[in-house]
Amino acid sequence: MERIDCRGLSCPLPVVETRKYLEKLPSGGKIEVLVDTGTARDNVSRLAQREGCSVEVRETENEEFMLTITRK
Amino acid sequence: MQYIRPEIIGFVLGAMIAAFLFREYRARVGSAPIIRFMLGFFAMVGALVFLGCPWRALLRLAGGDGNAILALVGLVCGVALGVLFIKRGYNLGRSQKASPVVGAVMPLIMIGLLLLLIIKPVLSSGAPFFSTEGPGSQHANYLVALGIAVVIGFIAQRTRFCTMGAIRDVILMRDFHLMSGVVALLAGAFIMNLIYGQAHWGFAGQPVAHTNQLLNFGGMLLAGLCFALAGGCPGRQLFLSGEGDGDAAVFVLGMIVGAAFAHNFTTAGTPYPNNPANWGWGPAAIIVGLVFCVVIGLTMRGTATSRV
Repeated sequence: MERIDCRGLSCPLPVVETRKYLEKLPSGGKIEVLVDTGTARDNVSRLAQREGCSVEVRETENEEFMLTITRK
Repeated sequence: MQYIRPEIIGFVLGAMIAAFLFREYRARVGSAPIIRFMLGFFAMVGALVFLGCPWRALLRLAGGDGNAILALVGLVCGVALGVLFIKRGYNLGRSQKASPVVGAVMPLIMIGLLLLLIIKPVLSSGAPFFSTEGPGSQHANYLVALGIAVVIGFIAQRTRFCTMGAIRDVILMRDFHLMSGVVALLAGAFIMNLIYGQAHWGFAGQPVAHTNQLLNFGGMLLAGLCFALAGGCPGRQLFLSGEGDGDAAVFVLGMIVGAAFAHNFTTAGTPYPNNPANWGWGPAAIIVGLVFCVVIGLTMRGTATSRV
């Protein structure tokens, strides 16, 4: 599974970067996106849902968020 | 035109309170701060040629000021230009986690300004200055203004309200999430103006405005491009600086310096810019700002993400 690091990137880069990977993601495929702000978490989640993917958010011990995005 | 606006102070402090309550306070800094400073500088220079930020452009339109139309067109064009750069790989690099103290600097500056507003010390230089006539003298009771602004800052931190982001997301992704907030602001102000009979339709004689549409367009073109390259409108930068974003705080400081520059070097709009003698240095400042932004937009690139 591909895992991309979007920590420290300001708006809209986490979404722009994630979208590049989502475009190539086959049905049933997964990627993990690591972000460090609530805004990036919300924006990437909204993008994934708009693209018809499911999103699972897990907060890490460093107050960061690991998003697991699955193409349905 | 001098006043310490408690609205600005309230926006930052309200956002900070929300960020703490919802565990979103993240002290961070280091994403090309000097460039963000200059983007804030030129954003303010551009906005002052028009005489208003995006919020004020919307409020002016809601009050019937037709001069805001070309300014909003300029804003959209500036943001669209910024989106082109973003699509080509523009980015200012990553910020780094920082000590909580770093994120506290802008809220502390705001508390300092609040103390100046409350105490009103009179220094031998005469500072701080409070206008007794003109737009700077027209304001609500400062406690009421501060209270409402804290609530707005709180809500805006939660909703991520951003006028530039609204336009950018529609152009970049056909995402209307933030645009709904902008439409709500415009509709709310429009309805209140109708209720209170405050709307005055037209172009001439509008308050703190001018009718040179080229300058209205050009000023906001520059401002919109700066906001897009910096990732937020002035309001959003204030809210971000309240939740610990040191880079947004640097942008805010750039805006403050830009405002001082614009007024001292007469680049700001005047009520009579249709007479070229009254154009001041505004058009030149717009051109310099646009050149700066294009160079930044073309050169600040690099790998945004890394696989981990």
